Amino acid sequence: MFEMMTTPLLGAPLVADGGIPWLTLTTFLPLLAAIALAFVPKQQFNIHRNGALLASLTTFLVSIPILFNFQARIPVAEGQPFTFQLMEGPIEWIPSLGITYTLGIDGISLWLVMLTTFTLPIAILSTFSAVNKNVKEYMISLLILETGMIGALVSVDVFLFYVFWEMMLIPMYLIIGVWGGDDRIHAAVKFFVYTMVGSLLMLVGILYVYFKTDVNGAHSFLLTDMFAVVQGLSAQEQIILFAGFFLAFAIKVPLFPFHTWLPLAHVQAPTAGSVILAAVLLKMGTYGLLRYAFPLFPDAVKLFAPYIAILASIGIVYGAIVAMVQDDVKKLVAYSSVSHLGFCVLGLVAMTPQGIQGGMFIMLAHGIATGGLFLCVGILYERRHTKKIKDYGGVAKAMPIFATFFMIMVFASVGLPGLNGFVGEFLAILGTAQSKFLWFDAPLVSTIGEASWQFQSMENGTFPAPGQMAGPEYTALAFAAVAASGVIFAAGYLLWMFRRVMFGPLTNPENQKLRDLNGREILYMIPLILMAIHMGVFPKFYLSRMEPSVDQFLRYMDANVTAKDTVRVERIDSSYVPVKSLRHDKGEEAEAGQ
Amino acid sequence: MEQIFSNDFHYLGLIVLFPLLGAIINGVFGSKLPKSVVDIIASGAVLLSFFFSILSVNILVQSPDSVLTYTAYQWIYTGSLSLDIAFMLDPLSAMMILIITGVGFLIHLYSTSYMAEDPAKWKYFSYLNLFVFAMLLLVLGKNLLVTFIGWEGVGACSYLLIGFWYTDDEKAAAGQKAFIVNRIGDFAFIVGILLLYSETGTFDYIQIHEMVTGSAAIAIAPVAAPAVILIFIGCTGKSAQFPLYTWLPDAMAGPTPVSALIHAATMVTSGIFLLSRLNGLVSMSHEAMWIIAIVGAITAFFAATMALVNNDIKGVLAYSTVSQLGYMFIGIGVGSFVGAVFHLMTHAFFKACLFLGSGSVIHAMGGEQDIRKMGGLKKWMPVTRMTFLVACVAIAGIPIIGAGFFSKDLILWGALSNVHAAQIEPVAAGGIQVQYLISQALPAITSGSALEIATMAEVISWVVYLLGVVTAFMTAFYMFRLYFLTFEGECRADEETQAHLHESPPAILIALIVLAVLSFIGGWTGWPHVWAPEGAAHYMLAFEHWFDPVFQTTQDYRIANRFGDGYAAWEWGSIIVGSTMAFSGVGLAYLFYRKRPGLPRAVSERLAKVHTALLNKWWVDEIYDFLFVKRAIQAGKASYDFDRFFLDGLLVNGAGFVTASLGKAMRHLQSGDVQRYATYIVLAIVLALMALL
Repeated sequence: MFEMMTTPLLGAPLVADGGIPWLTLTTFLPLLAAIALAFVPKQQFNIHRNGALLASLTTFLVSIPILFNFQARIPVAEGQPFTFQLMEGPIEWIPSLGITYTLGIDGISLWLVMLTTFTLPIAILSTFSAVNKNVKEYMISLLILETGMIGALVSVDVFLFYVFWEMMLIPMYLIIGVWGGDDRIHAAVKFFVYTMVGSLLMLVGILYVYFKTDVNGAHSFLLTDMFAVVQGLSAQEQIILFAGFFLAFAIKVPLFPFHTWLPLAHVQAPTAGSVILAAVLLKMGTYGLLRYAFPLFPDAVKLFAPYIAILASIGIVYGAIVAMVQDDVKKLVAYSSVSHLGFCVLGLVAMTPQGIQGGMFIMLAHGIATGGLFLCVGILYERRHTKKIKDYGGVAKAMPIFATFFMIMVFASVGLPGLNGFVGEFLAILGTAQSKFLWFDAPLVSTIGEASWQFQSMENGTFPAPGQMAGPEYTALAFAAVAASGVIFAAGYLLWMFRRVMFGPLTNPENQKLRDLNGREILYMIPLILMAIHMGVFPKFYLSRMEPSVDQFLRYMDANVTAKDTVRVERIDSSYVPVKSLRHDKGEEAEAGQ
Repeated sequence: MEQIFSNDFHYLGLIVLFPLLGAIINGVFGSKLPKSVVDIIASGAVLLSFFFSILSVNILVQSPDSVLTYTAYQWIYTGSLSLDIAFMLDPLSAMMILIITGVGFLIHLYSTSYMAEDPAKWKYFSYLNLFVFAMLLLVLGKNLLVTFIGWEGVGACSYLLIGFWYTDDEKAAAGQKAFIVNRIGDFAFIVGILLLYSETGTFDYIQIHEMVTGSAAIAIAPVAAPAVILIFIGCTGKSAQFPLYTWLPDAMAGPTPVSALIHAATMVTSGIFLLSRLNGLVSMSHEAMWIIAIVGAITAFFAATMALVNNDIKGVLAYSTVSQLGYMFIGIGVGSFVGAVFHLMTHAFFKACLFLGSGSVIHAMGGEQDIRKMGGLKKWMPVTRMTFLVACVAIAGIPIIGAGFFSKDLILWGALSNVHAAQIEPVAAGGIQVQYLISQALPAITSGSALEIATMAEVISWVVYLLGVVTAFMTAFYMFRLYFLTFEGECRADEETQAHLHESPPAILIALIVLAVLSFIGGWTGWPHVWAPEGAAHYMLAFEHWFDPVFQTTQDYRIANRFGDGYAAWEWGSIIVGSTMAFSGVGLAYLFYRKRPGLPRAVSERLAKVHTALLNKWWVDEIYDFLFVKRAIQAGKASYDFDRFFLDGLLVNGAGFVTASLGKAMRHLQSGDVQRYATYIVLAIVLALMALL
């Protein structure tokens, strides 16, 4: 026992062929920097700021090889929903409990990791003038947060994932609670309690599945081992466990009606906190759904899919119309997140290639666009110390460069083709329209009763001519149509806000004094603008690296869901060569060790 | 459609690229460049595009293919969905790119002078170039998605340019309204193309056309009607048709050259372009076509009534544009796609000329737009006046010397001879109805057996035709009212304004003259059929023949008029009625505003209620505001209250409160009293046993 406990964390070669462990480096670089900064005296603001910036930039640079070493087409792990590559480990961490240190990446986590490393330097750069108290602690929080986020994304061991997941919680709680606005404590506590409730539910679920695993007579937290359990779960188990997982992630997303912590947290959080919250933390919810909740409990997902879609559709419209009546710019952007993430969840749960890739693309696009919007709000707030729309007006006259950047971000968020927002939303809507996964199960509908009336009436109706399209196909189209209506509302609330803030006469003397962006602000806005354009003009660059993973995921779902022919697998040319599964490899390794 | 696909006609890429480059250069560096360089970059970019457009069209004419394509790159690739950024040049897009780059260049040229004083000229030209880029994407797109990119892009540029002088909140509001109203249409557009995609599995125009005209048509038939109607709703937004036209009159807040380019010549015609592009699909559903025709007719009529009393020189032109676009939709609705695009072209010439003329006037008047304060301007502005007059003649539809005569006549003739009136039963699933009509319906009609059944359709057909005719009359009237009040009679401007009146500089005049010439001769490419003798038909009907490869149904419709072989007399009748309307409209305007200037007041007093309704534009804006805008904000407020007080207040905080209270209550259980613990244990065991037994 003692011997096992002392197994060195980084003792064995992390990467099988002795290469450079990019994932580990990317994950722990910020943490190391945070530890280093802890030894620097508190008053050395510049060292803390520049040090954190340098660390996050280095992390970004270190993450670039991940992108280049990532191969879109690799042999697929048979019977698994995911094929991880650039694997590091598995190294035994707590062998008695089957806990390992295993990192890996696939098309689903790749871009989120890149998004995280890309966003952090920008967020840190934006704090240089915004945060002047406790700079040291702030920078350390941000860096620990980065390690938590990246770690959660690259973990292939569920226990490890949970550790990183909880690791994100504390710094964010501090960022809101210490550096936030007037009502920061309330916001931080609400954020913490809300997320914690979800996390605990998920932990129960994780442990339950863990005790079901059986690898040579022992339990395992390795993700790949957990998926082996799926077939053995009864429908009832799936439903209950899925509910737990789903709740944890739905809160994080946040999906209507679990979103009420978000506006509060966003409004109270400092700019960098809002940016990271919007860009990455929310995506942990959608990522978790895709990585854990969906593949672990396929039948439960099928059962709940239409209802999740209903919540997502409500969220799209509800978030938008609530955003419309906000008098606080930041709150408006916060509610717009509810709307955008609704698109994302709808796309994911549609279980079509376009839907899932659309949802994943929205995760990235929303990160860039909404992150950018929060930065813009932060820039205004720093100058005027107000977030009330009515305090502004005519700002474009005083800040022309800012106006241009803000406009582009607004257009990206509105979903203007050519910028990044459109691609994801379009694919998600398209995928939804094509989905069979969102059809209500016939027996379920009859038991619920009310829900069936509309399909009945559509079936009997004359719109359109009977024969080709009838019945449940409308379910998917109806979801798509509701989602598409979001494009109207998005234009409504964002452009209206933009007009009230930026256009009109510049009458307020306070606003006349506003100075335009300085070099540092331009420096951190430009990468976001370029990304928004690049993602809109060349989406294939991003999609092509997601596509094989999504395809494999869909094949897995198709194979494991009882209701056949509901998951849409479209790719005909599957040029993968199936190889032995990861679990198998590990077993062999264990044997060799003995 | 048999054709060899040459997939590398890269001129198409260049045509699109130049304006984009112009926009980027001026957008990024423009503020630091001298104004003359900004002018040269912006106008030069469009001129280069125009040059390559001519080259490309020339190649298309000589090519054996009716379509030239160019695939720039693969844009999206997921699962079975593959979307390319690809362009196609066929007779339809050829006409469009010539208009966009040709008229576009003239308007750029005009703008160099018109916007000379504006400090943000570089931004203006950057937006304008970006608009040309987006518009070219829209018309050159080989699939619906490229068109949609352009479609939204022109909307965004329109938003930016309407609100160009954003420090005026009214102008910023007009831009915003344009964008949001367009988005309502876009919503329907997206749903429409998704519906279409769900049955066809493609967004490619050529493939869609092949499917709807081939054996796959049966499968598509059920979605044809809803898809076309939804796409048409998208078109009502962009092309300012009832009920989504309200943004266009407001859009006049933008600089006048913008009104000429975007809100008259190009962007607003994209709806007509799109439906013409999808003509195969549109012709599959006669219900949808009826709706298009009726909406077009209603819009043409009501917009014309609002133009009758408007006193803003640009306002009249704006309503006139809405009305003329209505004509084009009538053309599409009655199956006369050629008529629609013909009118699109002539309208682009004369309406651009009119708008630019009005800009010239507004400039000279020092920003004044009220025609009641003008008059007699021909003394100071002879060239502007002449070109304006030529364009007025064109839009009024004076025979032979007005381009509008030819195109309007083609549409009205289409409405009158419309084969749909002969529709005797819903179209057989998937069959191409025109062929069906020729083989089945026409013999039935000529023999008289189908007449009773077709009554309803015939009534609608006549209503559409008559609305078109009345609108023709009103058009001639309000245009010459505008002309007489602006250029003839005594000048009603104050001394100071009069002292500053001057003819515009050459850049403006050149643009006006070229457009006036086009308005004069532009119609001579498509004479009425009855005027074209057998031998000269090739030249006299050149416009129609140009579109033969695009509108497969053109000839069918031409033959399948409901008057059969005896159509010549009817067509003559149509021409005479149309011309009479034009002349009498001009005559009435002359009577009202030249001969008996007291008459307009007398008439408006006699018809006070109607006059008020017209002046207030039928209160449509107010109605919409009440019905939709206010409701939406109410819904938002209600939802926000629900969010704060119910979801967050009652449920979330309530759950927190209950937990906290429970915690407090439970605290009393932990008293440290061992005896009490024992009691609890016993109680629990008893309860458990009871539950088990």
